Amino acid sequence: MRLRRKRRILRGMRKSRELTPVQDNTARIKPADILLVCTFRNEQIRLPYFLKYYRDLGVQHFLFIDNGSEDGAAEYLSGMADVSLWHTTASYKRATYGVDWMNHLLRKYAHGHWALVVDPDEFFVYPFCDTRPVRALTDWLDSSQIRSFASMLLDVYPKGRLDQAVYRSGQDPLEIAPWFDSGNYSMSLNKEYGNLWIQGGARARVFFSKNPKKAPALNKIPLVKWDRRFAFVSSTHMLLPRGLNLVYETGGGEKASGVLLHAKFLDTFAAKAEEEMDRKQHHAASAEYKAYREALRDHPDMWCKWSERYINWRQLEILGLMSKGNWA
Amino acid sequence: MSSVGIVMLVHTALHRAEQVARHWLAAGCPVVLHVDRNVSEADFQAFRDRFRDQPRVKFSDRHRCEWGTWGIVAASQSASALMLERFAEVNHVYLASGSCLPLRPVQELQDYLAARPQTDFIESATTTDVPWIIGGLGAERFTLRFPFSWKRHRRLFDGYVRLQRRLGVRRRVPDGLTPHLGSQWWCLTRKTLTSILSDPRRPEYDTYFRRVWIPDECYYQTLTRLHSGKVESRSLTLSKFDYQGKPHIFYDDHLQLLRRSDCFVARKIWPQADRLYQAFLSDSLSAMKAAEPNPGKIDRLFSKAVERRTAGRPGLYMQSRMPNWWCQNTLTCAPYSVFQGFAELFEDFEPWLAKASSMQVHGHLFAKSHAEFAGGATLLNGGLSNSAVWRDHNPWGFLANLIWNTRGARQGFQFGPEDAQKITEFLVRDANAHIAVISGAWAVPLFLARGDFEEARQKAAQLQRIEAAFLKALRAHDVKARVRIWTMADFVEAPMESLQSILDDVGGAAPGHLTETPKMVKLEGFGQFLQDLKNQGMHPYLMGDFPVGHTPPPQIPAERKPYLVR
Repeated sequence: MRLRRKRRILRGMRKSRELTPVQDNTARIKPADILLVCTFRNEQIRLPYFLKYYRDLGVQHFLFIDNGSEDGAAEYLSGMADVSLWHTTASYKRATYGVDWMNHLLRKYAHGHWALVVDPDEFFVYPFCDTRPVRALTDWLDSSQIRSFASMLLDVYPKGRLDQAVYRSGQDPLEIAPWFDSGNYSMSLNKEYGNLWIQGGARARVFFSKNPKKAPALNKIPLVKWDRRFAFVSSTHMLLPRGLNLVYETGGGEKASGVLLHAKFLDTFAAKAEEEMDRKQHHAASAEYKAYREALRDHPDMWCKWSERYINWRQLEILGLMSKGNWA
Repeated sequence: MSSVGIVMLVHTALHRAEQVARHWLAAGCPVVLHVDRNVSEADFQAFRDRFRDQPRVKFSDRHRCEWGTWGIVAASQSASALMLERFAEVNHVYLASGSCLPLRPVQELQDYLAARPQTDFIESATTTDVPWIIGGLGAERFTLRFPFSWKRHRRLFDGYVRLQRRLGVRRRVPDGLTPHLGSQWWCLTRKTLTSILSDPRRPEYDTYFRRVWIPDECYYQTLTRLHSGKVESRSLTLSKFDYQGKPHIFYDDHLQLLRRSDCFVARKIWPQADRLYQAFLSDSLSAMKAAEPNPGKIDRLFSKAVERRTAGRPGLYMQSRMPNWWCQNTLTCAPYSVFQGFAELFEDFEPWLAKASSMQVHGHLFAKSHAEFAGGATLLNGGLSNSAVWRDHNPWGFLANLIWNTRGARQGFQFGPEDAQKITEFLVRDANAHIAVISGAWAVPLFLARGDFEEARQKAAQLQRIEAAFLKALRAHDVKARVRIWTMADFVEAPMESLQSILDDVGGAAPGHLTETPKMVKLEGFGQFLQDLKNQGMHPYLMGDFPVGHTPPPQIPAERKPYLVR
């Protein structure tokens, strides 16, 4: 494991040559700042709300990796003092689906910082997020000597056909896609890395109903007090050293955890699925996107009778999707 | 001029400490500040300069304050001595920290203490009588030595404790002292504090407490018992600790809760809780009546938090709760019923049961083809799918999810040897599972089908093997489920009583006696069928004894009961 961790770090260093800085404001990062790292491709439409959401939570600096966008994202971000941007046209797949780039940036800029690693369609929800900034959470984690914070991916979707949920730039995606599945998640233990492997939700129900093994993993550990010796292994699903993956309690209690609301399923999704299929830059020959494309031909309605409408984090906590732990 | 003096121990968030200190000053209380030596000299000077205009603020000698060490006691000693020496009017000294926040107007605290001039407010209990010691060191913190820091050198700390235990080394508690423990935030009278600080044996006591673990929670608590005339064993500072022994923190959203607590001072306040500081440090506020402190609501909030962290919600499996099997009695969140053999023996068991009880009755949830949800639904609460592949991908999770999703409504389902059997291990270990089995009833459909005999014979052998394995598991010594097993022969003899007992267990809608019973299948010739199997060398034994030519006794209710009521 130690070797694997070293290998990941070395890969990150090697792959760092693929990144060209476009806008480097990293000198402005102050010692205790909360950072956010995000890789995107052609997601300009999502950026305005994304930035607003995380600025409101109290993220102080954004580190973006633009993987060959052609939609003017760089122009949009230019001049923002709390944004640093890198550009690359190299293979996402060969950078272990972006992990190598992320590890590099984290190692270089996030040592000793709390870092949030999310995609542009993921929105971090944690206990008391409506009344307390992210800093309150990280201060509490610090005082409890916790280094990593779990937040599983919760797919949200619209009611009706996806192509009719039209997203406008700057809009809160939850306005048009507020529904989620509350109780069909399957968990098992990954003995190798010590993390939980979670599958299920609406995505599994609609797109992977016949093939559980292929259904994407939903477990994520997006918030970590970064140390230069740490490395993500596969997206933000798991990290090394393995102790960071022990975000769950085995003795009966509940540790504190959050949720990443995953607003992937909007009208933009069909185009995305086509594009990603053609690029073949995703996991297992883009099998995931293949499944999406096939299912999307019939314009499925992801909504069902048992769908829950998102209200707030307290609702998610009552449903048992996240927990306050002993934070009160 | 006030008779209450405030001693503040400050180490971080100096701007907040300044704000609070000024609040005390404005009400006339003199303040002595102790700034942790870990604060840089430059920061300290800047902080000190901000009080240049305040003659009623003094700064004491600085000590290094690390959690659980003597430094904190030394700090409060120097600061209190300074307070008593410089401010002759002070009768009560209140020990507070930089993250303490007064919740009630200072005047109310002054009045409260003025009305109790002889009382020392300090939580102080003997080690044997309190449950809140964290870390397992109770009486031992007074009899062992603790030269190593718990926070920085945990291994040395633990190792040295082990070594002393093994060697049987024990320290002698100084004569006349009875060790007491309690919250480190106290409010003592001049008289008591002076006696403690000027005790001729103080060097001896100090030497002793220097090597006690967490001396700030026992030094004054023990010595007050020696000197005080009137101890009120509670702290005026509202301070709650979690299961790791670290203080709970208050945020903006606790505002109303704190307002209603009627406590004088609370800690610990998050330094960036702007609304709290704004609300409680504004002088206009005097909403509270002259009430006794009543932290009950806050107590409940925090004890619930601790309970959630240590016990959690039973039957919930999620990203941050994945309990091991062996550390829990119930694997699910609510009781549910499992019926094996009933749907085979009765033609309309499921509708009957749904009607006779308030239970949601499913078919065979673990049938090979798909999960037979009640009413033939393809999706159940929470979006749970009836897909067999998903269910078998993680059968335990499937059942735990189903029970969790439908909490509030009792669930029941059919089970049998033809179903996927991986779940049995879970059922057996779950105290919430109420399992009722009519053994051997799997033979009834084979008998009724009257298909190819050779096929039936093979099938019977297979089903019997599977059911026997399940029954064996149900009879093991460590079974947690509530189990009832009848042989089919026994059950058929007196079905009414058995059905009644099942309904009683479920606590159904219909109290009293059975008014309607399900219809039992016709069993004429069943004995012969079994004999035929035997003749072919396959001995069915799980159903009990059905002699050849056995006709069910005429009083079997199943044959006539359907016509009884209605």
